[in-house]
Amino acid sequence: MATLTQVEMNIVNGNAGLPVIQVEDVHKYYDLGETKVHALRGVNLTIEPGEFVAIMGSSGSGKSTFMNMLGCLDKPSSGKYLLEGTNVAQLDKKQLAEIRNRKLGFVFQGFNLLSRTTALENVELPTLYARLDKAARQARAREVLEMVGLGDRLDHFPSQLSGGQQQRVAIARALVNRPAILLADEPTGNLDSRTSVEIMQIFQTLNDTGLTIVLVTHEPDIAQYAKRIVVFRDGKIRRDELVKQRPRAAEVLKTLPQVDENDAELAEINDVAVLPVTIETATLNEAR
Amino acid sequence: MDFIAILRIAVQALTRNKMRSLLTMLGIIIGVGAVIATVGVGQGAQQQVQDQIAAMGTNVIFISSGTVNRGGVRVGSGATKTLINEDVQAILREVPTISAAAPGAGTSAQLVFDNQNWNTRVTGTEPQYFQIRDWNFAGGADFTGDDVTHSANVVVLGATVKQNLFGGSDPVGQTIRLGNLPFQVVGVLQAKGQSGIGQDQDDMVYVPITTLQKKITGQDWLQYIIASASSQPASYAAQDQITSQLRDRHRIRQGQDDDFSVRNLADVAELADQSSKIMTLLLASIAGVSLIVGGIGIMNIMLVSVTERTREIGIRIAIGATESDVLRQFLSESVVLSVAGGIVGILFGVVSSITITKVLGWHILISSIAVVAAVVFSMAVGVFFGYYPARKAARLDPIEALRFE
Ligand SMILES: Nc1ncnc2c1ncn2[C@@H]1O[C@H](COP(=O)(O)OP(=O)(O)O)[C@@H](O)[C@H]1O
Ligand SMILES: [Mg+2]
Repeated sequence: MATLTQVEMNIVNGNAGLPVIQVEDVHKYYDLGETKVHALRGVNLTIEPGEFVAIMGSSGSGKSTFMNMLGCLDKPSSGKYLLEGTNVAQLDKKQLAEIRNRKLGFVFQGFNLLSRTTALENVELPTLYARLDKAARQARAREVLEMVGLGDRLDHFPSQLSGGQQQRVAIARALVNRPAILLADEPTGNLDSRTSVEIMQIFQTLNDTGLTIVLVTHEPDIAQYAKRIVVFRDGKIRRDELVKQRPRAAEVLKTLPQVDENDAELAEINDVAVLPVTIETATLNEAR
Repeated sequence: MDFIAILRIAVQALTRNKMRSLLTMLGIIIGVGAVIATVGVGQGAQQQVQDQIAAMGTNVIFISSGTVNRGGVRVGSGATKTLINEDVQAILREVPTISAAAPGAGTSAQLVFDNQNWNTRVTGTEPQYFQIRDWNFAGGADFTGDDVTHSANVVVLGATVKQNLFGGSDPVGQTIRLGNLPFQVVGVLQAKGQSGIGQDQDDMVYVPITTLQKKITGQDWLQYIIASASSQPASYAAQDQITSQLRDRHRIRQGQDDDFSVRNLADVAELADQSSKIMTLLLASIAGVSLIVGGIGIMNIMLVSVTERTREIGIRIAIGATESDVLRQFLSESVVLSVAGGIVGILFGVVSSITITKVLGWHILISSIAVVAAVVFSMAVGVFFGYYPARKAARLDPIEALRFE
């Protein structure tokens, strides 16, 4: 450890007191030969530890481009991106992979689970790249799957799980290496409204324990569950404000009907049975 | 990632497409199997030829009538009628390193005993012939010098001939008909098996040379003389002495070609060894080509697999796989494919070379070097042909890969 550079120290330990994310005048161009798409046009944003930020904006406003950059999957064309004080531009591919593996957790709109691979194996995947031993890998994967309420679905394949359950597996996978930041690009985009709120409940619970969360959504009522809303338009931040009177997803779930009539899915019944909170809701509803 | 985990993931990925993996492996299976089988059979043949030549004795010198062309291939053997019985005596008398010599001439004839018929080769020679060739008798003995002097009607039978005419009973002392003449059987040779070129060496009978010349063929020239030198080094000197002596005796002027050829069995052994080595090498390299073709099959399937699994690769990169992690994953798949193919191929090759050598009655020779080389080579094929697809996977842009449908 004595030979580690400052950059690597930051990767390993984090930099206490610094903002987790510091973006300064970031531009992103996509060169399509004849035309150039200017996807980000001078974005400035600072996110402190423990924040829960919702990024909103219409389609094509640059939200995903921004998230990919935050997730170290892409680099800005110009400007600076500091992750826990480290300038990401200075890191090589291997260090970036390590950051994605240890520091960041990703949740995508399309779940992006490996098919024909069990929930447990999907969740174990990041621990494999973290080079943990087999016992530790399994213990951690089990632990996070239980945390998202899928302790009894370890050996199920994605095709045997509902959308909500698949997204919870994806969240478990994002959390398994105990990251500092959770990045979620439209995690509820493919889910019905009740399941969406259930996902937000998990996010709020995680945020309560100190995890920094950045979430992209185009649904205002989903963005409400965050602490801060940042609105993108045409590659720039147009609005940045704190949420007043943030609803608690757990409370909202109690008021929602158990199965949404509009997009009732058979699979969603399984969903309900899994979350202890919703069972409670059901008995409450009956009591009233 | 630890080795076991990599291996397990590779095997998992391959068993998802069992039929495809099997068909891909087939190229390697056939390639490795063919290499092992050809090398095994080739070495068996080589050993067989060596054993036979060694059994003849490396001191043996073979003088045949006719000429030798420059390539070493005997042509027109027996075409010239200059080699005669007196040459045998002269060689024995005048070449000091020659310890024994016997003439040889042959024809084919019909043999009859009771109601049994058999057509075979008849060789006329002298008793020393059996000593030079170091052949043993299963019953009776060779004919004598007296028999030669008197052109006696006596015959020594090869094992195949004995079997066909007499079956299980003892032929020694019995009289058979050879052509139109009665011959008394004086000895039966032990079975010697097939020669390197598949000839039955036991399908032969031997009579005194004078009997053959006077009573059967009516011709007094020889097809060959077989002689043995006191040692192998001496045989080379003897070769030269015999050559000059026979040129004198046959009145061949300087500049004219020999009307006979003198060959040392040590040379023949080397020649046979070399030609079977070249044959083995040739066959093995043809088989090796199919290994390369198998490798191309692996590359093809791995490229398809990388394209199919673009999204999976994107996911893996997004959650922290490094380039070398992805590279290793795909490389291990191609290596598992090729090594599994190699192992099955070895089994296949071993079984087929055992079968072939058994059918031919040879010694089974499975070269452990060939087996090790096959495993190493198939692994190398997996790495070589798997590298390009694996590198393609490792270098994918994660954002584009994740967007891939
Ligand atoms: N790989 C790419 N190549 C070219 N243009 C791109 C690429 N990715 C995004 N864009 C363009 O950049 C702009 C922002 O896209 P994106 O960040 O995906 O928006 P959002 O997620 O807010 O809908 C869009 O105009 C889109 O067409
Ligand atoms: Mg988007």
